[in-house]
Amino acid sequence: MVDFTTPLGPLTLANPLMAASGCFGYGVEYKDALDLSQLGAVVVKGLFMTEREGHAPPRIVETPGGMLNAIGLQGIGVHRFVKERLPELRALGATTIVNVCGVTLDEYVEVCKVLSDHEGVAGIELNISCPNIKEGGIQFGCSLPGTHDVVSAVRKATNLPIMPKLTPNVTDVASFARAAEEAGADAISLVNTFLAMAIDVETRKPKLTNVMGGLSGPAIRPIAVRMTYECRQAVKIPIVGMGGIANAADVLEFMLAGANAVQIGTANFADPFIWSTVMADLEAYCTRHGITRLADLVGGVDIPKKKAAPAPACRPS
Amino acid sequence: MLPGMIVDVQADVLGNRALSAEYNVVTLAAPAIAAAARPGQFVMVKTKPGLEPLLRRPFSIFEIVRGADGTPLGISILNKRIGIGTGQLFDAREGDRLGVLGPLGQPWPLVEAPTRAWMVAGGVGLAPFATLTEALSAQGVPLTLFYGARRGEDLYYAEWFAERGVDLVLATEDGSRGTHGRITLPLEAALRDTAAEAPVAIYCCGPTPMMQAVAERAAAAGREAWVSLEQVMGCGMGGCYSCVVPVKTADGGSHFVRSCTNGPVFAASTLQWEGLAHHG
Repeated sequence: MVDFTTPLGPLTLANPLMAASGCFGYGVEYKDALDLSQLGAVVVKGLFMTEREGHAPPRIVETPGGMLNAIGLQGIGVHRFVKERLPELRALGATTIVNVCGVTLDEYVEVCKVLSDHEGVAGIELNISCPNIKEGGIQFGCSLPGTHDVVSAVRKATNLPIMPKLTPNVTDVASFARAAEEAGADAISLVNTFLAMAIDVETRKPKLTNVMGGLSGPAIRPIAVRMTYECRQAVKIPIVGMGGIANAADVLEFMLAGANAVQIGTANFADPFIWSTVMADLEAYCTRHGITRLADLVGGVDIPKKKAAPAPACRPS
Repeated sequence: MLPGMIVDVQADVLGNRALSAEYNVVTLAAPAIAAAARPGQFVMVKTKPGLEPLLRRPFSIFEIVRGADGTPLGISILNKRIGIGTGQLFDAREGDRLGVLGPLGQPWPLVEAPTRAWMVAGGVGLAPFATLTEALSAQGVPLTLFYGARRGEDLYYAEWFAERGVDLVLATEDGSRGTHGRITLPLEAALRDTAAEAPVAIYCCGPTPMMQAVAERAAAAGREAWVSLEQVMGCGMGGCYSCVVPVKTADGGSHFVRSCTNGPVFAASTLQWEGLAHHG
């Protein structure tokens, strides 16, 4: 028997697999197919104070080994969420982490206060990294003071565990990990999608109505692994890694790079039953390698001593 | 299996019959999905293992394939080769295994006799009407299929419906079979010629402009109509919010809802057709 228990700061998850925000609706959509209590956690779709319509379709387009999305954070808002979805998630036994969005710093704080007043929220993932909305969000996540300010304001407003979700659309993601840690984050998650674009050469029009979108899927995985590794060197708080994970080997790669837990997003679209497959394969790997506790692998990448990891090519001065 | 349960079956390809250089019918061994499916529901098919393409493709369940004793054995899919996924399904070979996830989505509402059901199909939009025909004819509902295509040879499976007692009204754009022109021409005539007190329900699937035209004509005639939409879908489960369509709101505006979970079948009068046509 392998111990999959995953300590994550103040939280302890049954296993390291989380459903990624924006890829799993509000969780309840999957109740006819899955036992949600079997997942390490469900990170629900991003919530603002009020409902949002999102962008006009087409909202997705496939690219080699990946996809672009520009959903635009369509959502029901935090008040409807706590009334209409949260009770069901509790009844289903899901460990629910809520992805919180804001146009302003105050909105992040207000959404978190509403969530703090309700039973059944295990933690908050602060969405300071969505590339698809004009105001708020990534504006905070692309500025070190902005990241610090949002995290410390939310820290003061709630006792729930908080986990800022970092954007890869910056020069040095590790400095943002440090800013989050210094502001009182319990953990960080990374990466959100890479801002990207696809053009139909026949019509000469962008393939997405929103022109640009976020790239996800296996195509981004090596970059996300590198960023996870960089953040592991920079901070002590737990890291939730994500970016193109589609099987157990991918999970292990992120864990060896320094992730304590992982999120699966795009791969769940193609295979909503991926969770049990990955868990079985993780168990087989551990058995094969004589590992009794999966968490022992975290940060265990074996980098030859003589060859220090090369410095990133580009650092802000 | 419990009703409403969704399963992912690694389905053997039992057969692949080309109807033309564009159209084919693939039969898949998926007894659990065949047993649970209701008329108008769809499946998400992984048309080839690996990353190209990354996502599954949505397909209406065409026929329920049954054994000699009536046991559901699988489903068939009516496919038109358009892009990568439909191209792979066109090329599927007997013995291939494809991931088939379903049954998904809201089925057609079923009317009861003496209401007559008029099914209006354009091209590959014929797909959701075979299961509807079986369900409604079992209830004794009189059925008519208004079926349009570019050419006479593209009117696949017309005989399948005729053999099941469905009245056929055909139209082709080149005039080679049935009415010369679009299927909305004979539909308009039928609406005009049917007494207002005779109950008729309209079911429609085809290209968006055709469905919009049918929706407008049904509304003008005071007839209830349902349409089955086909949108780009990421997951088919309600997880990704990519397949949204605009529905009317009480204040005269519109609101995006997911066509995978709220649809693919919608009451035509609830849709905001201008937005759908623009972004469809």
